[in-house]
Amino acid sequence: MPIKTAFKTEIEHVSILDEHGQFDAKLAEGLIPDDDLLALYRHMTVCRHLDEVAFKLQRSGRMGTYPQNMGQEATSLAAAYVLEKTDWLVPCYRENAGLFWRGVPMEYVLLHWMGDERGNAIPRELFCTPLAIPIGTQMLHAAGLAWAAKYRGEKQIACTFFGDGATSEGDFHEAMNFAANLDLPVVFLCQNNFWAISVPGKIQCSAPTLAQRGLAYGMHCVQCDGNDLFAVAKVVKEAAARAREQSRPTFIEAVTYRLGDHTTADDARRYRDQAEVDLWKARDPLIRLRGLLKEKKLWNDSKEAELLEFAEREVAGAVQRAEGIEAPATTEVFDHTFATLDPQILKQRETRRTSSLGQQSGRSASHAPAGGSH
Amino acid sequence: MSATAVREIEFRDALREAMSEEMRRDPKVFLLGEEVAEYDGAYKVSKGMLAEFGPRRIIDTPISENGFAGLGIGAAMMGLRPIVEFMSWSFSLVAADQILNNAPKMLYMSGGQFGCPIVFRGNDGAGGQLGSTHSWCVESLYANVPGLKMAIPSNPYDAKGLLKTAIRDADPVFFLESERMLSMKGEVPEEEYLIPFGQAAIRRTGEDCTIVSFGRPVHFAMEAAETLAAEDGIECEVIDGRTIRPLDLDTIVASVRKTNRCVVVDQSWSFASVGSEVAAQISEHCFDDLDNHVHRVHADDVPAPYASNLEQEMLPNPRKIRSAVLSACYRA
Repeated sequence: MPIKTAFKTEIEHVSILDEHGQFDAKLAEGLIPDDDLLALYRHMTVCRHLDEVAFKLQRSGRMGTYPQNMGQEATSLAAAYVLEKTDWLVPCYRENAGLFWRGVPMEYVLLHWMGDERGNAIPRELFCTPLAIPIGTQMLHAAGLAWAAKYRGEKQIACTFFGDGATSEGDFHEAMNFAANLDLPVVFLCQNNFWAISVPGKIQCSAPTLAQRGLAYGMHCVQCDGNDLFAVAKVVKEAAARAREQSRPTFIEAVTYRLGDHTTADDARRYRDQAEVDLWKARDPLIRLRGLLKEKKLWNDSKEAELLEFAEREVAGAVQRAEGIEAPATTEVFDHTFATLDPQILKQRETRRTSSLGQQSGRSASHAPAGGSH
Repeated sequence: MSATAVREIEFRDALREAMSEEMRRDPKVFLLGEEVAEYDGAYKVSKGMLAEFGPRRIIDTPISENGFAGLGIGAAMMGLRPIVEFMSWSFSLVAADQILNNAPKMLYMSGGQFGCPIVFRGNDGAGGQLGSTHSWCVESLYANVPGLKMAIPSNPYDAKGLLKTAIRDADPVFFLESERMLSMKGEVPEEEYLIPFGQAAIRRTGEDCTIVSFGRPVHFAMEAAETLAAEDGIECEVIDGRTIRPLDLDTIVASVRKTNRCVVVDQSWSFASVGSEVAAQISEHCFDDLDNHVHRVHADDVPAPYASNLEQEMLPNPRKIRSAVLSACYRA
């Protein structure tokens, strides 16, 4: 018998506004009106400024570990921009731009990284799940949220964010498999920034693209330039339509780069070449967007100067609000352990003791041993 | 309850009745797991449920425990009430990150915003020559984690009443069944009832020694108590904890203050276990009342053996319990 091809495919790469300022107006048609483009650019600039301020806060001891978003802002922002306000955003921890666009107050994220669970108490009506620090766990939750929406007959979808490293986790593969086999409206948006802390992409995956990992699960896969607001908006829009109309998941690999360290506890200079970083600095999503706006005569240096002042005020205000929130009372340590606290936890709270609750002082002295008395 | 005889059904039927009643009552409840739908459940616990509720609510999953545990958590975050069946709690170990590091902490880590009303249930403990990897008693391992509740019924009546409570609970509940008890018959009323968590049952009253146990070993404790009464003249009070978290310490303490002696029977390994926790609590609360140190009967500190006779020897059994009670009463 002749050998036949059992399966053949290809992965598309979508780019609309590239690093050289080349803009494909045809592909961009109807994606982002100019007014919105200005708003998105301003938003990204404010987020970039927040990153710089947060870094300084950490260095001066006013904040715990912080993961800079620098360089990756376009991906989550474009997704949040094209999704409905009632679609779930299921983030990991480098999606500030998307979360703020949705409406999460900036001080929440600052408060969270200052080390306070209340920063993760994102109002339910914003449809954002808490930042997920263990790698990949949130993808399964996204599948569950999408499943629940489908179960209830709601046209809501879930978009989950994760990095290249997370695609090596079992949770990723299980979430992809479930979403494909149960026909779930999920958008899996991988931000491939090439480095999982110090681990390079080639250790995560031997295939030429991460996108093709989705092929094995029978779902639509696409790669795009993650630093290109238009490209991400286009692929997420199409994925969202596929989810909403056909209840089918999509796997998107957005190729981007983390210009900063993994977190403030990391020093990327120890494992990355400066030449590589410089290459990606030139591919910064902000630079190319600013270039386009100038080309469209929508932007100039004085507007930029005004925007930077605005960003400083915005971020300073958010920092002030976050730092102004009083530390929780120590008795609050037990809150939210359970929906209703059980008697043993209530006793721990009441006595401020977590151990030896049965040993009441003075009791031994006042009670004779009872052994053998019955 | 009417004077007519209460019907007797199997443990597995009681579990099914609890789930089915709750699913009829609340459209937010659904069941997912391996083989729960088309195959009626690996142990026939969900027999007929697909026919009644359809594939939308009775869902066959891939062999992917971490996957369906995580999916259930996501659905629970949105307010649904998933029942996740692990064919065996032994298989839940691959889902540890979801069931221990996500579900019980979701409410806490989201500052109270996202609760996780989910039930994880399945067979716990040695099922009878299943080999060590399939014979886990997870209670001691998992009960250490704050934010979860744990129920462990010892009979069909409790299985139904506790499972219904578990499904209605706003927090994650780990529900531990036993393959060895699924065919056990017992009286189960047809009318609705719920058994609150944190309320132990006194299965036998006695003045000489308290035996505290959970789940299947309660039966071994009862058997030992009968032998002790008949042959040794020792009357034991047997307490069935019913839930491990929350623990009904009040009932245990009241009994020990009466008997002054206590044996804790726990089918998991002894080191840092439910048994050691109960023993420590009794020591703290009943220090002046105790006539002897708290005795414990656990599984031997070895992986569950494959050989039948070794497995029986490894687990708590009536002989070991009788011996512990005799020692606690200074009769050994």
